[in-house]
Amino acid sequence: MATKFSLNDDSVVVVIGSGAGGGTLSNELAQKGIKVVCLEAGSRYEIPDFINDEWESFAQLAWRDKRTTSGSWRVAKDFPNLPAWIVKAVGGTTTHWAGASLRFQDHEWKARSTYGDIPGAALLDWPITAEEMAPWYAKAEFKMGTTGTNGIPRLPGNNNYKVLAAGAQKLGYKEFHTGNMSINSQPRDGRGSCQQIGFCFQGCKSGAKWSTLYTEIPKGEATGNLEVRPESQVIRIEHDARGKVTGVVYADTTGAMHLQKARIIAVAGNSIESARLLLNSQSNLFKDGLANGSGHVGRHYMRHTTGSVYAVFDKPVHMYRGTTMAGIVRDEARNDPARGYVGGFELETISLGVPFTAAFLSPGAWGRDFSSVLDSYDHMAGLWIVGEDLPQANNRVTLNGSEKDRFGMPIANVHYDDHPNDDAMRTHAYRQSTALYEAVGAKRTILTPPYPSTHNLGTNRMSEKPDDGVVNKWGQAHEVKNLFVSDGSQFTTSAAENPTLTIVALAIRQADHIAGLMARNEV
Amino acid sequence: MRLVDKTIKLNRRAFIGRSAGAAALAGIVGTFSDRGAFAATLKTVTPATAPTLVKVARDLYPHDRLPDAYYENAVAAIDTSVAAEAASKTLLTDGVGLLDAAAMKLKGSPYVAVASEADRITVLKSIEGTPFFARMRSEMVTALYNQPEVWTQLGYEGSSAEQGGYIHRGFNDIDWLPA
Repeated sequence: MATKFSLNDDSVVVVIGSGAGGGTLSNELAQKGIKVVCLEAGSRYEIPDFINDEWESFAQLAWRDKRTTSGSWRVAKDFPNLPAWIVKAVGGTTTHWAGASLRFQDHEWKARSTYGDIPGAALLDWPITAEEMAPWYAKAEFKMGTTGTNGIPRLPGNNNYKVLAAGAQKLGYKEFHTGNMSINSQPRDGRGSCQQIGFCFQGCKSGAKWSTLYTEIPKGEATGNLEVRPESQVIRIEHDARGKVTGVVYADTTGAMHLQKARIIAVAGNSIESARLLLNSQSNLFKDGLANGSGHVGRHYMRHTTGSVYAVFDKPVHMYRGTTMAGIVRDEARNDPARGYVGGFELETISLGVPFTAAFLSPGAWGRDFSSVLDSYDHMAGLWIVGEDLPQANNRVTLNGSEKDRFGMPIANVHYDDHPNDDAMRTHAYRQSTALYEAVGAKRTILTPPYPSTHNLGTNRMSEKPDDGVVNKWGQAHEVKNLFVSDGSQFTTSAAENPTLTIVALAIRQADHIAGLMARNEV
Repeated sequence: MRLVDKTIKLNRRAFIGRSAGAAALAGIVGTFSDRGAFAATLKTVTPATAPTLVKVARDLYPHDRLPDAYYENAVAAIDTSVAAEAASKTLLTDGVGLLDAAAMKLKGSPYVAVASEADRITVLKSIEGTPFFARMRSEMVTALYNQPEVWTQLGYEGSSAEQGGYIHRGFNDIDWLPA
């Protein structure tokens, strides 16, 4: 029988969200003997429930509750009510993620010092250094079984990777390989190895890809210290007269509200929901939202500078066969302002099935120019650009003033404008990617605009000074000692790398810190 | 390399209203024995209007290798979708009226009788700002491209886990890349 904690048990840590941040933190705390209630807005599916069908899986897993958008970003035009492609289910977006697990480059922890004062950007250095993070990265890589670390062999490259690698070779790139992936290349940790199924985005049906759903969460539950409560959407966080948080109000699927008491609360609902929740927890004491005295909650929303390039060849590729993110080119990840922008980008293979190619390749397009690409679907290769985008104060998540969800909670609005640095980087990345594919005979290349964001970052950013952000170097709210942020929303800057490894490393580190605070009775 | 058999199966399977999680489309459309039978199943338009909608569907996303059957499936799915909305029941009929008026004005005949694709595209472009066009175009993305038999004909193999993935089925069998 799974552990159940009482709603009135005020000794528990409440973790909101069960993805990379929340799922990892929950297990790490449980392993240390700390009692945890993990509240997850979505349902609990297991591996056999996953569906190898893009739209059906999207209907099953995606966070489809309405959001609104504003700003000049292309997503606001193409997908006005779907700014993000993230997951609402136990395991969070670790069910959907592709598995790329890259450490930040050293200079990316010091973006402000490295890049200087960029007009329009609100850059800061992280209050953590690369040296401080190194051991936590090592723990995260070991936990997740990241290929290319801990003696774990890299995955074999699929056809899509082989096209990328051949083009990279022709272009003179040096650092390209099948990546550092948290996908088993050999059986490990009770899970089998990758069967090259494809459909990494739809939930891994072999369990080879790390997800908190079938690693952290059951391990935490096995200790007897963790209760995961699915279909529990937190509406607001409560506090006492002194400003300490005391519990959370959440809605179950029937709309009934419950109050779960807590000693400590950790918010890990992904950058849009985490900011929405803090903003919706305004009170007489916290008039602009919980932990928002500095006015930074919701601000500095980052989503990476992205885009895709698909190429059509004379002969077949079958890009959809095997690992979705099957390899990477890292040569452009460096900071080299001579290219006309600061920061850098990764090129990573990506593939979509026919249904999502039709929807995302060129949103809104019609006619023979478009359909002729689909006619060559099996002759296509594809990659995704992931680059550092700059934090801007007005790129932000706010509460929509008029629309509410079915529980009466205001929905989130996501505003984003590309910074000129982002535009310059994307233009260069499109050019390099086109050249890469043309070097191996591409007949046609298609520049695909950014998809709804899967990398949502920065809305509760970490800062040394309370005036500059929302949380300190431990993810602890500057204003509220027993409130933590444990997801990508605490990112000070986005770096060029896929964020999951860093989120997991920060969560392991944060668990250690929280356990220390509790043992010393400091919270 | 292991290639995909794109042979069109004559015994077409029922299209079961696969769409972006839109339950509204579920399980409506059967297999039509002939074109007339297809047209008779439409809920919001008369059978005489059906050929125009099928032509519009093909002109929006033309694939010469696909027979009309798949475009008929798509039109049936869109018809089912608008039929579920009280405010949209006349959208397709009104839209075809608008389209034919534009075709008469620009090309001197109803849309379906305009012979060249280029001329029909000119007519379609002239109504690009209408709700009818927007609905047809956006719904076609799923109504056409979410049909598994269309996937096969475009060289996409669909679900793979139950077949053991591609580890023994050609995930890395590309053989034409320059050394």
